[in-house]
Amino acid sequence: MIPSLRKAAAGVCAVAFSLTVTASATIPVEAADPGVSANEIILGGTHPFSGPASAYGNIGKGIGAYFDYVNDHGGVNGRKIKWIDKDDGYSPPQAVQLVHQLVEQEKVFAIFDTLGTAVNTAIRPYLNQQGVPQLYVATGATTWGKDYKQYPWTIGWQPDYQSEAILYAQDVLREHPKAKIGVIYQNDDYGEDMNNGLKRGLGSHQNMIVKMASYETSDPNVSSQIATLKASGADTLMIFATPKFAIQSMVATAQQGWHPTIYLNNVSNAIPYMRAAAKAGGAQFLNGIVTTIYLKDPANHARYANDPGMKLYEEIMSKYIPSGDKEDGNYLYGVSIAYTMVDVLKRAGKDLTRKKVMDIAANLVEKDNPLVYPGVVIRTSPNNRFPITQMISAKWLGSDWSPSGILVDTRPMTMAAK
Amino acid sequence: MIRVCVVAALIAVLPWIVPSFVVFDLIFVAAYAIAILGLVILTGMNGQISLGHGAFMALGGYVVAVLAHAAGWPYWAGVPIAALACGAFGLLIGLVALRLAGVYLALATFSLAVATPSFLKHYKSITGGFGGMSLQPVTVPAGIPLDPQRWLYYAAWAVAGLAFLVSALIVRGKFGRALRALRDNPVAAVSFGVNPYVYKTLAFGWSAVLAGVAGAFYAIPTAFVSPDTFSFALSITLLIGAVLGGIWTFWGALLGGVVVEFLPLVAQQVNAGAPSVVYGVALILVMMFVPDGIAGGLVQLARRIAPRPAPPPSAEPSPIATSAPLGAIGGGISDPKP
Repeated sequence: MIPSLRKAAAGVCAVAFSLTVTASATIPVEAADPGVSANEIILGGTHPFSGPASAYGNIGKGIGAYFDYVNDHGGVNGRKIKWIDKDDGYSPPQAVQLVHQLVEQEKVFAIFDTLGTAVNTAIRPYLNQQGVPQLYVATGATTWGKDYKQYPWTIGWQPDYQSEAILYAQDVLREHPKAKIGVIYQNDDYGEDMNNGLKRGLGSHQNMIVKMASYETSDPNVSSQIATLKASGADTLMIFATPKFAIQSMVATAQQGWHPTIYLNNVSNAIPYMRAAAKAGGAQFLNGIVTTIYLKDPANHARYANDPGMKLYEEIMSKYIPSGDKEDGNYLYGVSIAYTMVDVLKRAGKDLTRKKVMDIAANLVEKDNPLVYPGVVIRTSPNNRFPITQMISAKWLGSDWSPSGILVDTRPMTMAAK
Repeated sequence: MIRVCVVAALIAVLPWIVPSFVVFDLIFVAAYAIAILGLVILTGMNGQISLGHGAFMALGGYVVAVLAHAAGWPYWAGVPIAALACGAFGLLIGLVALRLAGVYLALATFSLAVATPSFLKHYKSITGGFGGMSLQPVTVPAGIPLDPQRWLYYAAWAVAGLAFLVSALIVRGKFGRALRALRDNPVAAVSFGVNPYVYKTLAFGWSAVLAGVAGAFYAIPTAFVSPDTFSFALSITLLIGAVLGGIWTFWGALLGGVVVEFLPLVAQQVNAGAPSVVYGVALILVMMFVPDGIAGGLVQLARRIAPRPAPPPSAEPSPIATSAPLGAIGGGISDPKP
């Protein structure tokens, strides 16, 4: 009697113990990660809705539109996404304060798509110290991909700027080996990354660069820089400039009667910008400009008329941002990057933890993003944290970018940068 | 005095009441309040308009950052150096300011604010260029039972208290009277033997010291400085804070600090798309209904609720509210030529 009682007691204890062990192994982990409840996932971000970079605020709105769309179609594994997007005015201290608020007051599960190199550099130590994912930051600096050992909770998304410039360098070496290159660049980390890429790409032929001219974002226009470059005898122009200044550069070459071979960086190649340049400077000056592409262009109606991804984009825009300009590539960028975010959350399953989401984000093969250029695969692995590395060169033919050649994977070059 | 004690007690207990991210925000309030105090003394008391105090904050922030980053100096050692550097720079700018009056001085100082980011980018071997510099987070000295955030909070507010105290002692006697006299009627002041060069330059210098200290406490909690940290908008923000808070009184500096820190955050709750619109509307409303700023408005309110025979007003009788409108400022700045 007594031994059997003892046995029973031991059994009960064992069961209770194993229950406790399982409980302590699973429940606290779930409870430990804020921002996830039975029916909600809270994501936080900051964008410049005011100030000099406010055009990029539309990226945040595009993200919100896609999350609304997902929520109206059942959410992610039964949970709706709550998207809290704040205005940082492109100011690092402001962003740091807002991110503290998002993490500590709003209890966000992850920080997503914060924009700008300085902003993201400023918030990165805090988020990594807190163990909050800093997912898919909207900047192409190389540090997001290469410094993951020090900052495991941070990851980028778009192609890094250096790789893009390397492609231009390779194109010059192949097509115009005797070129004399002039460069106009924005005097900040963006311009510096592009210049470094160009020099790396040229390798031993760096002396092909005959003149470099910089501008500040506070400059009213860049025609004097273009005049300097023209006077240097350059016959090839690299435009490493944000849209306003890129348009000015193209118009100024036309006005000054200069006909260099032009390479135009990706951030300024949206068709509306090209139309603006054509209107002010004359369409014939723009023919033959070379750029790179990794996303679909919402203003390119001819090419994407029957594209299901573009139809989805237009449907989302019409329903959730009816007043927004569909041709603004910033919205499309937002929808596209939000697609990757939702994809990662879906793959993480019902049992969401920050660690799990980070692991999936850094070990991802996404082939079906509807808005990247056809064939581009978003790919990461634990040792390679550059999600998009494929780009294609394209030439401007009067009204449209015509892709030439094949998609180039810059991953080997990107990795060499380490 | 009672008011000062109440506010000091409130500042002492706040970090134990409010959530931790608000404690973090309040550190920035201290920084803003110190910087705006400099404007209260320079613009409110002496009539010199500066749209370039963001540049002094940048200098202060970068001095601390460079000393910590390159030379491994602790923050507490960097702050006094930042104050000295900004004081010297402020005296220099003050000498230039003597030759400029009113809106010309505002524009000249504004050019300082606009040039600062380019300057920081140019000397990248020292400043880290566009990418800026990441700093070590604040550590608590051994033996002090506080978490780093509350420790920084108390450090920032202790320095703010010191800044207010020293400023109060400076402007209370002869120095303060000379500043006001030069603002209200420079000709009369000079004929009474007030040397405008000395006093106006010193006012600029001290104001820059305060801005430099503020810049240090703007940079340390962020643990990061970059040219974007000190954009020209910061200078305008400071002046807006001074005007909204009340540019005629030290209380205005404190309230201005609270306003510029929290108004954008509150404005976002009102309208996520256009915080700057809310900001602008607030500015217009204050100018229409309480031209002396919030501090002036509170004094008026207190008088209306509890009229006392002759309370020593915490706000100086403002030239706007009394007789001479903005001309008083212009008059104060008009260059007294010998």
